[in-house]
Amino acid sequence: MTRWVMVADLRRCVGCQTCTAACRQANATPPGVQWRRVLDIEQGEYPEVTRAFVPVGCQHCDDPPCMEVCPTTATKKRADGIVTIDYDICIGCAYCAVACPYQARSKTLRPRFAYGTEMENEAKRRDDSRLGVATKCTFCVDRIDAGLAQGKTPGVDPEATPACVNSCIAQALSFGDLDDPQSSVSQLLAHNASFRMHEELGTGPGFYYLWDRKAEATE
Amino acid sequence: MKAPAKGYGSYGPNPWQQTSWDARAAGNFIGGGMGSGLIVFAALSLATGPALSALVLSGLGLVALGLLCVALELGRPLRAIRVLRNPRTSWMAREAWTAMLLFPIGLAAAAGVTGMAWIAAGLALVFVYCQARLLQAAKGIPAWREPLLRSLLVTTGLVEGGGVFMLTAPFHGVATGATVILFGALVVARFVVWVAYRRRLAGSAAPGARAVLDAAGRVLMFAGTLLPLVLMAVAAFAGVFGLPIAALAGLLAALAGAWAKLVIVTRAGLNQGFALAHLPVRGARP
Repeated sequence: MTRWVMVADLRRCVGCQTCTAACRQANATPPGVQWRRVLDIEQGEYPEVTRAFVPVGCQHCDDPPCMEVCPTTATKKRADGIVTIDYDICIGCAYCAVACPYQARSKTLRPRFAYGTEMENEAKRRDDSRLGVATKCTFCVDRIDAGLAQGKTPGVDPEATPACVNSCIAQALSFGDLDDPQSSVSQLLAHNASFRMHEELGTGPGFYYLWDRKAEATE
Repeated sequence: MKAPAKGYGSYGPNPWQQTSWDARAAGNFIGGGMGSGLIVFAALSLATGPALSALVLSGLGLVALGLLCVALELGRPLRAIRVLRNPRTSWMAREAWTAMLLFPIGLAAAAGVTGMAWIAAGLALVFVYCQARLLQAAKGIPAWREPLLRSLLVTTGLVEGGGVFMLTAPFHGVATGATVILFGALVVARFVVWVAYRRRLAGSAAPGARAVLDAAGRVLMFAGTLLPLVLMAVAAFAGVFGLPIAALAGLLAALAGAWAKLVIVTRAGLNQGFALAHLPVRGARP
């Protein structure tokens, strides 16, 4: 079996937002819609203040609440764990958006352009099937599938790896198969302490956050 | 925390009001609950003839109005029929299927077909239960995912329907002593459920959500519970003025419930933001 997951090393992320820009470029999302966001979180009181940059987006959950509530079956989960939306089936009720504990979903009713009027590059990549329906991070599923078809390995070969991971300047983002013990994500999780967001909700996110070396975290 | 501009999401750990569902979605819960409650009261009153027809048709009209509200919120309204595709797991699909059954059965009841009023009342109860489960299944919103919300939406739906039943009593003339007592009991039950619901949110909902719910709770307590109960008591001894006073009680109880639902959907729908179970450990250790 294969379970595609993403790992974000919070110690490495510098909050440069390159992943956000790469995602927007790769997926042509409209202004205001970011499938890969990076939160800038400051916690604590002076002088004990810590700042963390936290990449967020669809967590491609094991038990996605968005899929359960979807009245149309537009949201589905593939065998490899990727949660997808069929834009031709979605009715845009936004039930999935309120069911998602990670605020990963967006709905755009009308075309939006960076500078008001549509530019040439925006016209070329315009996709009206994404208007009025729910959209979210796909883990760049098209790249993964195309890469696999060419014998590439997602998470290793850039052609088969999500755009945000490819673009990360600090190698804070990693992608791979959780069911493969030799994959980079499995190795990272084996040697580092990690957590998943809102784990208490039982959604089983496919997005892990590293925060310390494993041996030292347990001291 | 200031709410982000619509459609832009948030960028921090603090909860913010969801922007996906607005008053149109609340309208579905208000119309659906009120209409269903009215159909239930129509059956319980044992009304027949034009009175039954008028009550059931009014109930169906309210349910239809609610569904119209939510249809206006769809990004792709022309595909609305696809809402029926996933009754296996989605309470929205189950709500739609129940509505598909409720309308023909309700119309048959309004046409005077024997026994249909009771079946319509049963379906109306299922419909309002589906609505309650629908909202409670929204895992992203702490004030909605609280299990007691189900009881709250069902009881307030019945109270709102009972309120419209009392409001229109001077016209239909089928408000029996039993229905009046049931209405009063439901008004009390709704407030008890509200208090329990609000207490359960103490540790889970965001302070902003709790604050707006407290304000709505005060409206529910005074305008939706105490005042209607006092008015009902006065109506019992008011002779010819009894019916108009009871109608006012019904109106207040219905409006307070509708207001509470509007607040729950449009103002208490704060998500839980983002939370870090651990902060990153960088550099030298102490």
